[in-house]
Amino acid sequence: MSTPILPTPILEVRDLVMRFGGLTAVDRVSFEAARGEITAVIGPNGAGKTTVFNLITGFYTPSAGEILLHGRDGQRPLHATPGHRIAQAGVARTFQNIRLFPGMTVLENLLVAQHNRLQAATGFGIAAVLGLGGYRAAEREAVERAKHWLEATRLLDRADDAAGSLPYGAQRRLEIARAMCTDPVLLCLDEPAAGLNPRESEELAELIRLIRTGGCSILLIEHDMGVVMNISDHIVVLDHGKKIADGIPAAIRADEKVIAAYLGTGDDDEAPSPAVEGAA
Amino acid sequence: MSGVAVPHEGGVPHNDDGVPDPGEMTGIPRTAAPPPPRPPLAHALRDAGIAALVALGLFIPLVGLRTDVGPSGGGLFIRTRWTDVAIIVGLVFAGRLALNLWESLRPERRAPTARRTALLGRIGLLVAPVLLGFAIALPFLPGTSRYVLDLGILVLTYVMLGWGLNIVVGLAGLLDLGYVAFYAVGAYSYALLSTTVGLSFWICLPLAGLLAAFWGVLLGFPVLRLRGDYLAIVTLAFGEIIRVVLINWVSLTGGPNGISGIPRPSFFGLSFSAGGGPGSFSDFFGLEPSPTHRVVFLYYLILALALLTNWVTLRLRRQPLGRAWEALREDEIACRALGINVTNTKLTAFAIGAMFGGFAGAFFATRQAFVSPESFTFIESAIILAIVVLGGLGSQLGVALAALIMIGGFEAFRDLEEWRMLAFGAAMVVIMVWRPRGMVSTRTPSISLGKRKSISGDLVGEGHG
Repeated sequence: MSTPILPTPILEVRDLVMRFGGLTAVDRVSFEAARGEITAVIGPNGAGKTTVFNLITGFYTPSAGEILLHGRDGQRPLHATPGHRIAQAGVARTFQNIRLFPGMTVLENLLVAQHNRLQAATGFGIAAVLGLGGYRAAEREAVERAKHWLEATRLLDRADDAAGSLPYGAQRRLEIARAMCTDPVLLCLDEPAAGLNPRESEELAELIRLIRTGGCSILLIEHDMGVVMNISDHIVVLDHGKKIADGIPAAIRADEKVIAAYLGTGDDDEAPSPAVEGAA
Repeated sequence: MSGVAVPHEGGVPHNDDGVPDPGEMTGIPRTAAPPPPRPPLAHALRDAGIAALVALGLFIPLVGLRTDVGPSGGGLFIRTRWTDVAIIVGLVFAGRLALNLWESLRPERRAPTARRTALLGRIGLLVAPVLLGFAIALPFLPGTSRYVLDLGILVLTYVMLGWGLNIVVGLAGLLDLGYVAFYAVGAYSYALLSTTVGLSFWICLPLAGLLAAFWGVLLGFPVLRLRGDYLAIVTLAFGEIIRVVLINWVSLTGGPNGISGIPRPSFFGLSFSAGGGPGSFSDFFGLEPSPTHRVVFLYYLILALALLTNWVTLRLRRQPLGRAWEALREDEIACRALGINVTNTKLTAFAIGAMFGGFAGAFFATRQAFVSPESFTFIESAIILAIVVLGGLGSQLGVALAALIMIGGFEAFRDLEEWRMLAFGAAMVVIMVWRPRGMVSTRTPSISLGKRKSISGDLVGEGHG
C-alpha cells in the first residue's frame, strides 16, 4: 500500500541524507506525508527519526536530498529555507523534551507563538509603543485564537499560570496548543505521548484527531505503539537511518522487516511481536 | 550455641533462621539508628574553632607580618603585629559562634505563604509611586542641599543605565559586560558634535542615542552566535576596545586629556549662566541668578530621561517584541521553532539597550562639561550589571531600588573612608544571600485573561547568553 497519489502530498521528502562527520544518521530516506492525514514515523532508538524531524523543521541542513512543502503559497523547498522561515511557511513542531517558556504564563506562551502576525500589526514596534494603529484589534484576535486552543487542550483555567508550574501532561498539551497557534499546515509532533499515562495518551490521540479534522496535516514520531496504530493513516518505519517500510498500519504490523528491526533477527517466536503490543 | 552467629573461616554469619544476614555480611548495622542530635553548643564551638583556625592561617601573613622601612632609612625590617592577629581571630571566633548559636536556636523558617506573598505584592505596588513622588519632589524638599541634588542626579543616571541594560540582560537574557561602551559612545557623540559642529544638546541627544544604537547593532552582529560565557567575554572586549580607541585616537578624541568645554544644555533656548544677564533662565523668569537652577534643571532632565526609558521598556514588554525578548531568554530553540527571527530579536535588544545608554552618555557629557576615557572603565560596566543583578533581572522597580542602594549607599558610607569598599562588598553579599534572585525576583505577566498573578523567580529563566 503506498500513499494515495491523487491529491498532492503536503510534504515530500526525497533522498534525504544527513551525515554527522563519519556517521550517516539519515541515509537516502524518501517518503510523503499526505494532506489532511496523520503520518507516523517510527523506528527503534537511534533510527534517525528525530534527525529527520530536525531536517524538516530546519534545525539541521541536509547533506543531500530535498524536502518540499506544498503549503499555502505553493511548493517550498524547506531544505533551503532558514529555520524561522520554515515556521512562517506553516510547519510547526513540538519537542521530545518539552520546550516551553517556563517563566511566562500559558497565555503568553501562546501569544509568543503568534509573534509574526502580531509584529506585523505593530508597525515596526513604534506604533504599538505609542498605542496607535490596529495593534489592539490584532492582539484581541490573537487572544481569541489562544483561547480557542486553550479550550481544545482543556487549559483555559490555567491561562494565567506560569507554564513551568503546570503538571507534565498539561505541559505536553500546552506545547501542542502553542504549535497550533502558529497556524500551521503541517504539525510535527516529536513523541507527544512520552511520559503520559494511558488515559492521557487516549486524550492526546483525541486531540490529534481534532487537529486533523481542523485541516492540519500531522507528522508524528511516537514510541507508544498503541497511539501510533490507533491514529495513524500511514506509517513510515526507519531503522539505522534507512527507510525499511512504508504503508498503512495493518501492512506495517505484518511487515517482516519491521518485526525484525524491533525485535532483532533470530528467535522471533520467543518475544511478543509489535503487532501484539500494539493491540494491547 | 543456637541464636548466635558463629563466624568461622570463609563462612558467612547466619542468624536464627539460618538465612545469611545481609547486614552483618556487609558490616552495616541492621537498624540504622539516627545519629544522636549533636549538642548545639559543642557543634557551634567546634565550627567556630575551625573558622578561627582558617582566619589564623589567613591573617598571620596578611596582618601579622609587615615590612617597614628601617629607621635609619636603610633596608626593610619585618614588624610583627601578633596582638592585631589575636584580636581579629578572636572576633572571627566570636562572630561565627554567635551566628551558629542563632542558627540553631531560631525557629524554623516559615515557607512563604500565599498571604505573605500577597502582602508583599501590595507593599510592592506602593513602593514605586512613593519612590516616584519622592524623586519628583526632591528639589523642593526642605533641607535638600546641592550635594543631595548632585547625588540624586548620579543615582538617576545609574537608574537609567540600569534600566537600559535591563533590556539586554534582564529581558533578552544576553549577558553584556561592555555596556559602558554605549555610554561612552553617547558621551563622546555629544561632546564631539557640540564642540566641533556646534549642535545644541537637544539635537545631539537623539543623535547620540542613534549612534549608540548603531554601535549596539555593530556589536550585536558578531556576537549573535555566542552564548553565555563567550558572549560575556566578547562584550567585555568590546567595552575595552572602545575605551582604548578613545585613548589612542588623539586627533579626534583628545586622547587621555579628553574633551573639555562641552556646552551646557539650555532650557528652550534660555541659558543657565551664573551671572544672569539677558536671555538667561533667571532673567526670563525674573529670578535671582543662582547656580542651583542648572542643577535642578539637570536633575529633572535625567529624571525625565530615566522615566522615558522606563516607559518605553514597560510598553515594549507588552508588545510582541518584548515578549519575544523574554521568550528568547527562556528558550531560544523554541523561539526558532515558532518562526521568531532570533537574529533580529537579539539585535533590537542590543540596539534599544544601547540607545538608552547613549542618551545617558550624552547627559553625562553635558552635566560634567568634560569627558575623558577614564570615566568609561570596566568597573562602570560591572557596577551597572551589579545593579541589574541585585535588583532582579527584568524588574524595573528592583533595578531602581538597587541603583539607589548601590550608588546612594556607596555615598552614605563615605565616612567609613578606606572601609567603604568593605562595607559595600558586605552589603552586596548580604543582598545576594538574602535574595539570591535579586531584590524583586518575581515576574509580572505582560497579559492576562483574569487576574494578573506574579510568577515566582524560580520558574523564570536567567538566559543562556
